[in-house]
Parts: sequence; structure tokens; C-alpha cells
Amino acid sequence: MDVFHFEVIQLLIKKQVGMMENYELVIGLEVHVELSTESKLFCGCSTRFGAEPNTQVCPVCSGMPGTLPVLNKKAVESAVKAASALGCGVEEVSIFARKNYFYPDLPKNYQISQYERPIASDGFLMLDGRKIRIKRVHMEEDAGKLIHSAGESGPSYVDLNRSGIPLIEIVTEPDLKSSSEAETFLNNLKRILEYLEISDCNMEEGSLRCDANISVRPRGESRLGVKTEIKNMNSFKAVRKAIDYEAARQVSILSKNGRISQETRLWNESIQVTEGMRSKEEAHDYRYFPDPDLMPVYVTGQMCREITESIGELPLERKERFVREYGLSEYDASSLTSRKKVADYYEKVVSGKINPKAAANWIMGDLMALLKEHKTEIDSSPVLPGYMAELLSFTEDGRITGTTAKDVLSECFATGICPGDIVREKNLLQINDQDLITGTIREVLENNGKAVADYRNGREQAVGFLVGQIMRKTGGKANPAIVRDTLLKALKEM
Amino acid sequence: MDILSLTIGRIADMVRKREISCLEICERFLDAVKERDGEINCYLHVNDKILEEAKASDSRLAGGGSPRALEGVPVAVKDNICVRQMPATCASRMLENFVPPYDATVIERLRDQGALILGKTNMDEFAFGSSTESSAFFTTRNPFDITRVPGGSSGGSAAAVGARLCMGALGSDTGGSIRQPAAFCGIVGFKPSYGVVSRYGLIAFASSLDQIGPMTRDVMDSCIIMNVISGRDSRDSTCLDYDPPDYTRFLREDLKGIRIGVPVEYFPSGIEDSVREKVQDAIRAAESLGAEVEEISLPHTGYGIAVYYIVATAEASSNLARFDGVKYGYRTPSHENLLEMYMNTRGEGFGREVKRRIMMGTYVLSSGYYDAYYRKAEKVRSLIRKDFEEAFRKVDVIFTPATPEVPFRIGEKKADPLKMYLSDIFTANVNLAGLPAITLPVGYSGKLPVGLQVIAPFLREDMLFKSASAIENHFRHTS
Ligand SMILES: [Zn+2]
Repeated sequence: MDVFHFEVIQLLIKKQVGMMENYELVIGLEVHVELSTESKLFCGCSTRFGAEPNTQVCPVCSGMPGTLPVLNKKAVESAVKAASALGCGVEEVSIFARKNYFYPDLPKNYQISQYERPIASDGFLMLDGRKIRIKRVHMEEDAGKLIHSAGESGPSYVDLNRSGIPLIEIVTEPDLKSSSEAETFLNNLKRILEYLEISDCNMEEGSLRCDANISVRPRGESRLGVKTEIKNMNSFKAVRKAIDYEAARQVSILSKNGRISQETRLWNESIQVTEGMRSKEEAHDYRYFPDPDLMPVYVTGQMCREITESIGELPLERKERFVREYGLSEYDASSLTSRKKVADYYEKVVSGKINPKAAANWIMGDLMALLKEHKTEIDSSPVLPGYMAELLSFTEDGRITGTTAKDVLSECFATGICPGDIVREKNLLQINDQDLITGTIREVLENNGKAVADYRNGREQAVGFLVGQIMRKTGGKANPAIVRDTLLKALKEM
Repeated sequence: MDILSLTIGRIADMVRKREISCLEICERFLDAVKERDGEINCYLHVNDKILEEAKASDSRLAGGGSPRALEGVPVAVKDNICVRQMPATCASRMLENFVPPYDATVIERLRDQGALILGKTNMDEFAFGSSTESSAFFTTRNPFDITRVPGGSSGGSAAAVGARLCMGALGSDTGGSIRQPAAFCGIVGFKPSYGVVSRYGLIAFASSLDQIGPMTRDVMDSCIIMNVISGRDSRDSTCLDYDPPDYTRFLREDLKGIRIGVPVEYFPSGIEDSVREKVQDAIRAAESLGAEVEEISLPHTGYGIAVYYIVATAEASSNLARFDGVKYGYRTPSHENLLEMYMNTRGEGFGREVKRRIMMGTYVLSSGYYDAYYRKAEKVRSLIRKDFEEAFRKVDVIFTPATPEVPFRIGEKKADPLKMYLSDIFTANVNLAGLPAITLPVGYSGKLPVGLQVIAPFLREDMLFKSASAIENHFRHTS
């Protein structure tokens, strides 16, 4: 790493106190989202991820001469959904244009996109009470993928499975002020798109991609600085780090009276720096013009209303309702509603008259841990929402202990057997019988003279030990509250 | 009776009555191709399986299958229309080895109606030209005079029909590429209203102008083929959602009640005298058949060629970008890196005229020039369209010469692209306006044919075929 990179990194480390303070960061994002339609934007090929290379291609998406694109109406619906969820005005007429450039992953050597007349514009997304303006939303087709062989001189291969998959590009105004704001923006955007069920939003699989336009200016300055465009960031974390790095790089140049050159830079994940493109790419002239193979896209007011009405609650609204309706904390409501599937699951559980707070704890805690451990999505959890409700009703009315409930949950997760059956078969109902508990306590006290002596000598920990012994004797089924009360009483009486 | 001299209408009738077998028809045409195509050079590829296909048609009929509209009819196809398992070279080195894995919609429809594909015909490279001289492989000759061009770009199809080396053919027309060679080869060439025939499988030149159409011996044959190939296609978004009529029922012998417009702008001083005379004869004949003839004006006519060459080359520059050596077609053997691969492949694979048009098209779309050229051209295009709309308020059809001259000599204009571009002067505006137009022979200048063009309003193919068939009928009986 050269000296300059070292300086930038020093600056990054000292960021909180040093020279960064004198500058203000201005960020705009361009987010590409792959729509999860069944088929591609202009042909009938499948959009499934991870198939063998070139198995999901046809003459249209491989750019065979003589073939023509036919627009997938589902993709238009998804774009309209996204646009209206982002508060954009949807155009009655939008136009597909050709963006002309040569690259081997682009079979026609032009990308069908939207340019002068995108499908929607002028929206916003709320970020901690502040509006981040959305400049435009447009539709386009994805390109294929190049697979390079290991050596410098080996051949490169083209996989066209991704070619023609529908994308929407969401472009913000330069309204973001920090890397963490950018990350939060992306998280919120992702939540919304997941709620709309129009994209998987998986950054690792490339179904959500983000470029960032970054500039810095001295605090108080109203003119924008020269911006650079950062590409090649493969996670939200990478976006945050790349922005931090790039801002520090720009500040370190400016603070030495240097000049920022307007350019595209790539985030290099392995060494965590942004780098200018090595090959000096000539300025692109994309020669956009309306694609004569496609008719204008018409979205009537009626169609737009229908699509907008089909949009259910969005994450923010749902979170607020959870706080209001279920009395949850902001934190719990926000965690539960961050993913639609989880929120849906939660609402199914509490619909069975279950304590909402307890349900939240169990779902976010034990159930999530199990799901994570077994790499399972909540909508395919063996513990169905009804099972979860049943389990919670057992703990709520004291029929089983919390310890037992944890075991039942694991059992239910592993076998798919409903909690009621597990509890009955294994005879796990909680022991509330005072005589039985008193008898067990007497037995335990007799056998643990040392602990009793310790208690008498003022060592409170002995109580915990004795409770543990009692619970073990009852197979964890004894009601812990009764056990504790009775035990303390017995100890005092001794 | 020689099978070669029959029209599709007549031969279909004979097949229906079992007076002739599909095999007999195809054998006769195949022999003729072997005998005469060495001289004319229509075909880039001859279907060596056609006799087997003809036998299959015969046994289908013998098995009780009912004869279809084009049963056993050997058809030639311009080489920019994809036919499965036959080369589709567009007469370019670039696609010399390209065999499409699918049939164009029009080919599917021809086959569904029993037509047999006799072969693929020569053309100007990627349909850029008016003489078929820009073919990368060889020049097709005019059957009326082999020292002259057959016109272009569908010159191979026109010459094949004119020389009776097929029963009918498909061409494509972007600025006159069906009508001009049809006129030069003394046959009937029809360009449908934009969107009536699917473009799926037509290797695009200029998408907003291209239409596939029939090239035939007579107007009836044109209608028969149109009945088969026209109509909506879910694979082409620009194809109209429209039920085409039965075109054959429009044919008639008189022109009573029809108002014909003759635009002054289509008879400029540069036009050849013999062409002017023959077309004026045809207009007089129309009057004698009962038509009212009126002089009209299409004031923006003069801008047509300029607008056409901006719009067409812009679209072409983008349409031809896909020929890059990556996926199919020619790839240069010599390259060190990607950019060199692109440059050498395209430099070596494309001919001069193709490169010229790609450069023109790239230029007019470039930032800084887009507004001055492409956007302005689109505006003038709508003025040209309005000219026609205005005119069609007063008249039903418009008569013009098909070309300003009779077929010129091979090599005569090759060195002068501007002169060559003027060959489209009477035909290109029709494409800019998306209208239907037909050219048909109306006499000879010496031994060379002269063509009349009939233009009709959008989707008024009925008017067009009525007028063309009456004129054709008149000349059939007077010549
Ligand atoms: Zn496809």
C-alpha cells in the first residue's frame, strides 16, 4: 500500500476528532434492484438464481439476429408498486430507450433501459423523520455475467442467465449526509421492497446493487464539491466502508489544496480502498434513442390506483401499529417488522390471544436462534404460528415452565409435532401441587446439609443451588415461583 | 404448358384438383434454378431437401389431407429472414456461417400453409443498397438484361420471381427495398402498412421502417401470400392487434368511384422520360377505367431522403451492434485484446456500405448532434406523414413512378453512394409514414420494365389492391 493510502487510513482512524470535522459529506445513491418476476423482462426465460451457465437463455435474451423484445407486464406492475411505495408520480406514458455500448456481457451491445421518460419520478423515503428525495425510478434489463479464467491470458466466458432479468433503478437526490445514513437508507429501502414482495434484495446474489456518488465540501459551503462515483460494493457494510474511505480520501486531497477529479472508482474489498479504474476508459457516449422495437409503456390512472391499493402496510406504518396495538417497545416493534415474513408470523401467533410481549420475546429470541442454527426461513419454520401460540398459552397459564417450554420448542422444531402432543406424551405439565413440592423440598434439604448450613451462614447463593436441585428432581416441571416461596419458608422455619 | 409460367393462384388450383403433384412443381423449379441461376445469381443458398419436403406434401395429400393455400408452392426468401437450419447471411461475411435456430413468424406461417422454401436469395449487404451490388458474395443480374442491376436490396428475390426461378418470394422493404427491385424486374412488389406483418425473424435494418412483403408475378399472388403471412404476432410488439381481411376479395377490373392523386413532387425534371411516359399512360388508363384523377401536392417530399437516411442509419447503427464476434458469426483471427477483437471483427466482417451507414448512424445519435439530426428528423418525419394524411382527405390512392429511372448498368452507381441513395426517392417516404404501397409493371422502355407505384392510406390495403388489380388487368389485356 502506498503512502497516500496510509494517510487516508490514518485520517479514517482519527475521523472523530480530526480534519474530517471541517468537511461535510454529500451522498447520492443509485440502487439497482432485480425484480423477482417469474420470467425475464422481454422474453419467457426463467429468472431463477444459481442455475448452470447459459441454461436460462433463448434467442431473444442472447441477442440472436431477428429476435424482438416483448415487455413483461408483471415487471411493469412491480415497478409501479415500488414507485408508488416511494411516493413517486407514475407516468402515464414512459418510453424504453436503447443505451448503446459494447461489452461482451451485453448480447445486443445495447441495453434496453429508460432515459428521457422513466416510469416514475419525484418521490421520497423517510429516514429518521427526514425526507430523502428520490429523483427517479426507471426500468431496464440486466446484462449477463463474465466469468474470467484464473490466469491473465486465459479465455473469458459469458453466462447469459442474468441477461434480460428485469431491474428497476432507483436514483436519490444527493440528500444523504453520512455513510451510516446511506446504510440505513438502504436497509429501509430493502425493507420496503421486501414488503412489496417484488425483489429478494439479496446483495450477495446481486439482486440489489448500489453505486454511490460522493463529494465533500467545507462545512457551511453551499456549492457541491466534485463528485466521484463508487461502484463494486457487494454488501451494505461495504457501502458504508467505501463511503468512509472515499470521503477521507477526498478530504485528504482537499486539505492539501489538491483537486478531486470526477471519475468512477471501484471499491476493492480485499484491501478496503477505492481505486480509479485502471484502464483509461474513454468517456461513454451511450447514444440513447427510443427503442423502435417497443411501444411506449402505458400506465393508466385506473391501473396505477389498483396497484397502489394492492400495496399493504409498509414497514414504518406497521411498526407504529405494533407499538400502538400490541404495546411493544419501539425496539421490539422495529425488529419484528423489519421483515414482512416475521411480522406476518408474529401477527398470526398473537391472533390466538397470546400476550404480545411474550410472543415477541419468544419469536425474536428462541425461535430466531433455532431458525438461524438450521438456516431456515421463518415462513418454512416447522414450528407453525399456531404451534407457537399453543406453546405460549401453555406457559402463560402456568401449565408448563419456561424451561420445559424451551425443550418443547426444540422438540417441535425438530419433529414438527405440535406442542400439545409433546407435553402430553412426555408428561411435562407443570407441577403446582403444594404437597408434592413441599415433599420434594424436604427431601432435598435433608440431602444437602452443607448448602443449608451455608444459607444459615448468610450465603444467599445457596438458595439458587437448592432451587436447581429441586427442579432437577421434578424434571424441570415444578412451578419455580412456588418452589422458591416454599423453600424460603422452609429454610426460615428450620 | 410450362409450370414455370404459372402463377401461385393457378398452381394452387391445380394442386387442389390433383392435376399436378408438389414433387413435379419443385423438380421443375429446381431444374430451372440449376439451369439458369448460374447466369442470374439470385440464390445464396438452395434448399437441397426441397424434393423430400415436396414428397412429404404429396403423401400428406394422398393420405386424405386437404390442400392448403400454398400447398407445394416453392417460395424464395430474402437472406435476412430467418429460416431454421438454413444460413441467414444477410449477404455479409459477418454472418457467412450463421444458421438461425428458429423460423421467422412469416416462415412458420408459409410452412403452415404448405409452402416449401426453395432457397435464400441474394441482397445488398444487410439490406443497405438499391442494386444488390453490395452483397459480399456476388452481384445478381437483371433477368431482362444481365448487364444491368436487378435493383435492391431485395434484388435476389425480385430477379428470382422475374426469371421464374421461384413462384413467389419474400422481400423486406425499409425504404423501397421490395418495390424498387420489383419495378426493375417487371414484377409486383408490395410493402404492407407498418405492423401488418410480423418482423419476428427479420434481421433488422431499421426497426421503425422495416416490413416484410410479397414479391410475385401478379397482384392476386401478392394477396394470396398476404393472406398467409399477415396478422398479429405475440412475439413482435410493433405488430398490430388487427384482423387482416381476405385480401383476394378486393381484386376488381374497374376503378369507378376511385379518386387518384398524382403528386407534382413525384415528377421532377430529373426523372427519365420513358418512365414519365409509361406512368402517365397508366394514369390515363386509370381514368379510362373510371377513376377521377387529381393533381395533388406533398410539400415535404423533398426532405424524405435526408430524413430517411438519418432515421434508418441511426437505428441500423444500433441494430448491427450485436455483430461483434462474441456470440455468433465472424470473429477475427487476429486480436490481442477485447477492443482489437471488436474492431478487427467489424472492420473485416462488414463491407464498405455497411460501415459507412453505421458511422452515419453513430454520428447522428452522438451527444451534441442528436437534437440537430435525429430529433429534427423525427419532427420532419411527422410532417411527411401529415402531408399524406392531408392528401388522403381528398383522394383514395396516390399514383407515382416506382423509380426515377429504368434499371441501371452494373457498376454505374457503385462509386457514388449519393446517386445510389436517390434510387429510393419515390419509395422512402412511404416507409417514413408507415403506409402500404405496391409497385407493378405498366410497360417497357425498350426491353426494360417500368413500374407504377400505388400508395394507400394506413391499413387501406383494400383500396390499394383494388386499384393495382384494375391497372394490372388493363395492361394484361392491352399488351
Ligand atoms: Zn430469453
